Amino acid sequence: MESATYVSQKISKTRWRPVSYSALQQPDIFATGSWDNEENKVSVWSIGDQGRSDLEDGFEGDPQLLCEYNHDGDVLDLQFLDQERFVTVSSTGAVTIFRHHQNSQTLSVTQQWAKAHRFPCNNAPSTGVACSTPEVVTVGEDGRIIVFRVDQEGVVRVIDNADSSTLHAVTYLRTTEVLTVNSIGQLKLWDLRQQSSSPSQILSLSGDRVPLYCVDRHPNQQHIVATGGQDGMLCVWDVRQGNMPFSLMEAHSAEMWEVHFHPTNPDHLFTCSEDGSLLHWETSSPSEMPSFLQGGRNSSMTSRSAMAPAGGNQSIVSAWLRGDSSKSRLETTHMLPTQTLSVNSLDVLGQCLVCGTDGEAIFINRQVPV
Amino acid sequence: MEEVDVDPTVTNIPGIRHGKHMGFAWGPGDILVYETQFKPSGSLLPDAGGAFIHKVRKDEDIYSPILRKLFNESHHIFVGLQTIKEDVPSKSKRHQFVSISRNYRSVIRACMEELQQVAVSTRDTEMATQYGNQVSILLAIELIWNLCEVLFIEAAPAGTLLLHLLDWVRLHRADVEEKAKDVLQSDSPAEHHNYWDVVVSYVLQGRLEEARQMLGKQASLQPASRDIYKLMDGLLSKMPFFNPAGTQTLTEFDVKWKNWHEEVDRCLSDNSFASNGHLELICKILVGDEDTLLEQKELLGTWYHFLVTRLLYCHPTVKPIELHYYAQSCLTMFLDSRSVQEPLDSILLAAFEFDIYLVIKDCSIVLNNWWFVAHLTDLLDHCKLLHSHNLNFGSNMREFLLREYASGLFTHHSLWQCAVDYFDHCPELGRACLELQIERVPLDTERKALKVLRICEERQMSEQVRSICKIMAMRALRNNRLGSALSWSIRAKDAAFATLISERFLQDYCAKGTFSDLDLIDNLGPAMLLSDRLTFLGKYREFHKLYGEKRYKEAAKLLLSLMTAKIAPRSFWMTLLTDSLPLLEQNEVIFSADQTYDLMYCLEELTSSLDPAAPGADRPMQEEDVEQTKVELLRLSLARNLSKAIVKEGTVDT
Repeated sequence: MESATYVSQKISKTRWRPVSYSALQQPDIFATGSWDNEENKVSVWSIGDQGRSDLEDGFEGDPQLLCEYNHDGDVLDLQFLDQERFVTVSSTGAVTIFRHHQNSQTLSVTQQWAKAHRFPCNNAPSTGVACSTPEVVTVGEDGRIIVFRVDQEGVVRVIDNADSSTLHAVTYLRTTEVLTVNSIGQLKLWDLRQQSSSPSQILSLSGDRVPLYCVDRHPNQQHIVATGGQDGMLCVWDVRQGNMPFSLMEAHSAEMWEVHFHPTNPDHLFTCSEDGSLLHWETSSPSEMPSFLQGGRNSSMTSRSAMAPAGGNQSIVSAWLRGDSSKSRLETTHMLPTQTLSVNSLDVLGQCLVCGTDGEAIFINRQVPV
Repeated sequence: MEEVDVDPTVTNIPGIRHGKHMGFAWGPGDILVYETQFKPSGSLLPDAGGAFIHKVRKDEDIYSPILRKLFNESHHIFVGLQTIKEDVPSKSKRHQFVSISRNYRSVIRACMEELQQVAVSTRDTEMATQYGNQVSILLAIELIWNLCEVLFIEAAPAGTLLLHLLDWVRLHRADVEEKAKDVLQSDSPAEHHNYWDVVVSYVLQGRLEEARQMLGKQASLQPASRDIYKLMDGLLSKMPFFNPAGTQTLTEFDVKWKNWHEEVDRCLSDNSFASNGHLELICKILVGDEDTLLEQKELLGTWYHFLVTRLLYCHPTVKPIELHYYAQSCLTMFLDSRSVQEPLDSILLAAFEFDIYLVIKDCSIVLNNWWFVAHLTDLLDHCKLLHSHNLNFGSNMREFLLREYASGLFTHHSLWQCAVDYFDHCPELGRACLELQIERVPLDTERKALKVLRICEERQMSEQVRSICKIMAMRALRNNRLGSALSWSIRAKDAAFATLISERFLQDYCAKGTFSDLDLIDNLGPAMLLSDRLTFLGKYREFHKLYGEKRYKEAAKLLLSLMTAKIAPRSFWMTLLTDSLPLLEQNEVIFSADQTYDLMYCLEELTSSLDPAAPGADRPMQEEDVEQTKVELLRLSLARNLSKAIVKEGTVDT
């Protein structure tokens, strides 16, 4: 990991601008959102060497700020729609689409749904957003799921009372199906074609009620999802099979804020947490199938305490799901030097990883071993 | 009353009319000031003062985006310092402390450079001045810190001490570098108007290699005076420097140095350089002639540069304890014309006198925030340089300063998170301070509440956890989010509040006939045991589920146990008994004879406690009638069920 860039704002979200896969490019632009500041901002940064000639000995400099824009309220989630536009959701309940004008290096608001999430007589923070162009779906503390369509002023669909507690994150499983996680440890599947306002399936870790804060879908196998929550545990679920997680692994000592499969190499997974750590998980399995998918439900509960990565930079090898196949292995590596304040967000694309912290620092790694 | 060290500065509050009285209230970082009308005691007329409350802030720095980087980065170093193990051998420990001190300084430098850049690039002159001021403050801070590092942390012995002091002066007189660059880049460096300034400056800083290279350029231009240039070059190259890593003892070095000094002295007395004023001047500097040195005030710039140069050419083996004597005399000699001694001068002088407390005290007075003194004191304390010197504020100096600094950070919208770690390392009152402050962090989102809760839970502050969860539960309740409210009270293990919310759920059920928030109630799990009412809510919902799944026997058993085990509140019994009606009316016998007796007993207990004589007055007749019909209907059903059950049970027996 390269050294920290201090940016004078607590970073709540970092996201790479998508690149076209055909060109095999590495990403060079990312967006960040801040939180808890008097004036919050969305900012766009470049890690390329645009217009910089003072690069010495191949050392690549700090990310350069390209442009920024004031954001009303904390940026609680941020997703790119395409190369130019990204969506943010705010603690004021607003959903905003920003456009990054690359010629003039400016940002502008192209669309905004103010107070999309709200309580009867108050704003409700919106907590998560997922995009499947042209559709955008958001969730919030008001327990609502709202579907928007880019370039359409109104709201396409609202599921009121989708949840009695707070919905913390949302992801698309396929174009018509989304998955939400809530603060009583449930995963709910919603078929957006159905008009009913109840989920098509509920999965939960029975008894524990541990709040879940993040979810990500396997890029190739859309029935596999990974979640993380208050206890810092990483859960991998197969939504087709039963309502129990496939495997459970101790990962962090505090809230897990984000989990991401590597988009093109899903044997790799990344998690970050309130405990100030960023973990790189790598499964190496001799078979075709990544070891996330091996093993059975019987061994899943026993693997719960199978491993606990210690601090420091050494990697820990553990035979994950040992009972089933001793050939598959799971390796975790700490990617940040010792840190004390929360790592709120990470994003990985190609060989590049970016993360942002409450210590007001951004870290970039341009050589993620994937 | 204690003596005041300096006269307090007067701040005029714009907006408060001259001659008016002011009232004020202390805050952790600010003071609130308002206009009042002073009245002799007794006459309490309504206040006719101004309508404004003014917020007066001493420390503007935490609002500077660039200085925020300093606070964040140094927070990281601070935390690292606190985790240094006690059992490390003291030698490697000192090494660690020095490197931490350098880390702090490099953060200051980075910040200073950035401020300098924006000061140059900004068009706003007012801002430029402000940035400029901040740069000069940081410069002074770094200068003091570096000196403290050399004298206290590194604690270099005689010989090495001077080398460190030379580094110190060189680092803070970097303007020579710029001038030298100018000179070297010109067409003919030797004729540049700054040429001799650069050479002399190099000599004053003891950078003799560079001085020789510079002189070489001049020598090649003046073949006539080649000999004296060569002589000077010889003198410069021969000057001995102490090598701490070598085998040479200090005495050996001293002898060598004295020989060299005598040689320079000889050159001077036999007028070797009389033909060249510049070289003669250099020679006089080398021999340490005080008057000559003082003539170079312009180039020296400061008294402490003068001090170091004087030590270099007169007392290279100066011992730490002798420093203060030289420092004092250099200060007096250097300042006689200017006469005013600035705060920085007295702070440095205090450092040369090894009076750590005076350094910290003077810095606290002069600087407008606690960052510097808090971090420096903490580092010096780790080096075991401070005596446990209790102040009359109930804790030692390190803790007092750290706490002041952390309290300042805590008032900031965003930096409060950093402050937590500082409070953690204040053993006496840190926790108490944190407890008071953490409860008052405004909570706009659940995300923030979760972060604050994590801080409290990690420190076992159960009182604060309770209070934060309660705030969040109340917020959810106000927004009509019963499910969220219940989740928060379960997290806080707040039984009273859980009861209150369960009550609301039951009321909703009675009003609407359906449950809301099933996803939550169905998944209460062990959390159900938090309060009796919550247990009842969960169990009652379970009854509905069983009934819905047509598992009547189990449903009936559960329903009855809710009453007999006294889980259900008495006020809810009628609803439960009514719920039993459809079960009693099934074709199949569901309640056994014993169970039916129990049900009857419950009904009787309920009706007798209702006291049939009294209530007619305050209840509308209609409602009374409904109740009465219900009871009669129940009695009938119970009796019929009992007969069926007895028959059935009798049949099985035979």
